[in-house]
Amino acid sequence: MKYLLLIYENEQRWEKGYDPVELAEYGAFSREVGAAILGGNALKPTATATTVRVREGKRLTTDGPFAETKEQLSGFYMIDSPNLDGAIAIAAKIAGARFGSIEVRPVMTFA
Amino acid sequence: MIDLDRLCRAEWGRLLSSLIRSFGDFDLAEEALQDAFAAAVVDWVEAPPNNPCAWLFGTARHRAIDRLRERARSVTLLSELLPFDERHVQTTGENNAVPDERLRLIFTCCHPALSEESQVALALRTLGGLSTEEIARAFLVPLPTMGQRLVRAKAKIREASIPYVIPTAEELPERLSAVMAVLYLIFNEGYGASHGRERMRLALCKEATDLTRLLRELLRSRLNVASAEVDSLLALMLLHGARQGSRVAADGEVVLLEAQDRSLWDRAAIDEGSALVQRALGGGPPGSYALEAAIAAVHAESESAAVTDWAQIAGLYQRLIAIHPSPVVALNRAAAVAMSEGPAAALPLLEELAQPLAHYHRWHAARADVLRRLGRAPEARGSYERASELTQNESELRFLRRCIEELAPGAAKS
Repeated sequence: MKYLLLIYENEQRWEKGYDPVELAEYGAFSREVGAAILGGNALKPTATATTVRVREGKRLTTDGPFAETKEQLSGFYMIDSPNLDGAIAIAAKIAGARFGSIEVRPVMTFA
Repeated sequence: MIDLDRLCRAEWGRLLSSLIRSFGDFDLAEEALQDAFAAAVVDWVEAPPNNPCAWLFGTARHRAIDRLRERARSVTLLSELLPFDERHVQTTGENNAVPDERLRLIFTCCHPALSEESQVALALRTLGGLSTEEIARAFLVPLPTMGQRLVRAKAKIREASIPYVIPTAEELPERLSAVMAVLYLIFNEGYGASHGRERMRLALCKEATDLTRLLRELLRSRLNVASAEVDSLLALMLLHGARQGSRVAADGEVVLLEAQDRSLWDRAAIDEGSALVQRALGGGPPGSYALEAAIAAVHAESESAAVTDWAQIAGLYQRLIAIHPSPVVALNRAAAVAMSEGPAAALPLLEELAQPLAHYHRWHAARADVLRRLGRAPEARGSYERASELTQNESELRFLRRCIEELAPGAAKS
């Protein structure tokens, strides 16, 4: 079963660039659970985000993320795990879990 | 004549857990088991089975397979399932006929990925065999709300793939404390009765105690794990539960601990609880359930409120505060100090809690009691009045009004 792990944390932590120690942690994490990782990336800060909506056929493009929150989506992994407990165990190993939170979302499959 | 109601209550959890294990589907297992009980009502009149549990399990299994056949995509699952299932049928004997999978069920129902209220509802429905209606009544929520809650919980188990497994040794401590938190919550819901009072709520206490006892036995028999915290939780429930009969008078009034008829207390439960907590306290630093149980044991073993070792109780509360700092625990400690050292020593402890407990009726009631004993009746009256404005429990409200009436006539505000 596929799960998307969404990393939410206060992006101000990254304002002055990524901490090399923490980056090394992400590297170690990828090596440790590599077999389960199907993909993933860090995201640029929400200041770079653009939100698009289409209403009554008209495109509305606005600056910023879809919602202003205290913690922002800063990265994600797509993983494969036999069940939720496996996904939670992997999520707990992500460095961001110590500073922010990881949302674990099962991926929808269409029959 | 087999008592089906009793059988259902006693065996529901065991049968259901085995069916979920076989079919990997909560709803299918539940529907099939309901079918089996419905069939028993009719079939057993003429031909009662020698082994009712095996009959119910076998019938439910067949019903589940029938239901699966009706589903279009059942072909592969069915073929995987049948050889596995045959093993269950061949075993014989009253209890061996149905493998006991309830430990898995406990951990799945009390999975932290489910909301707390869903965990409570699922545990009562699947393990305790309570009907959705009974659970709704116990928690004072409308039946459709409770039904929805159960449907949502089962959907999350299915959609997010919450596994039907016993946690690994590494995960066990965390998961076990989550299970205990749910059982404690069920017990407190029954015991506290923060608003209104119904018989069903008392049944929650018994259900929580039974489930804790089951958890304790399954941990021992399946995992060879003896947990001092589980022992303590069971002790806590037994010791509090032992006093149930004396906490409410015939007219529905709350009876305070000091005034309870101690001959009504359940001695067997007190003895069992005391023995459990003593053993739990013997090994290692006590956790919060052990300390709470120890406090309950001191009360339960005292012949009267007057001869109770209040200093010991105050000390136990102090240790509890060290583990879980909480203004409510501090309030209990202050009340114990009022008994052991007198109201003058307790008043400053209470005043320290004025900020966090400003809207808690018990703080105002405790302060009122201390002020009354210090002879400061006008202030006591004010606190009793504030407490009665804040309480939601009608019986408590009547008690507080009585306290106000009993204050010396000279206490009227001038």
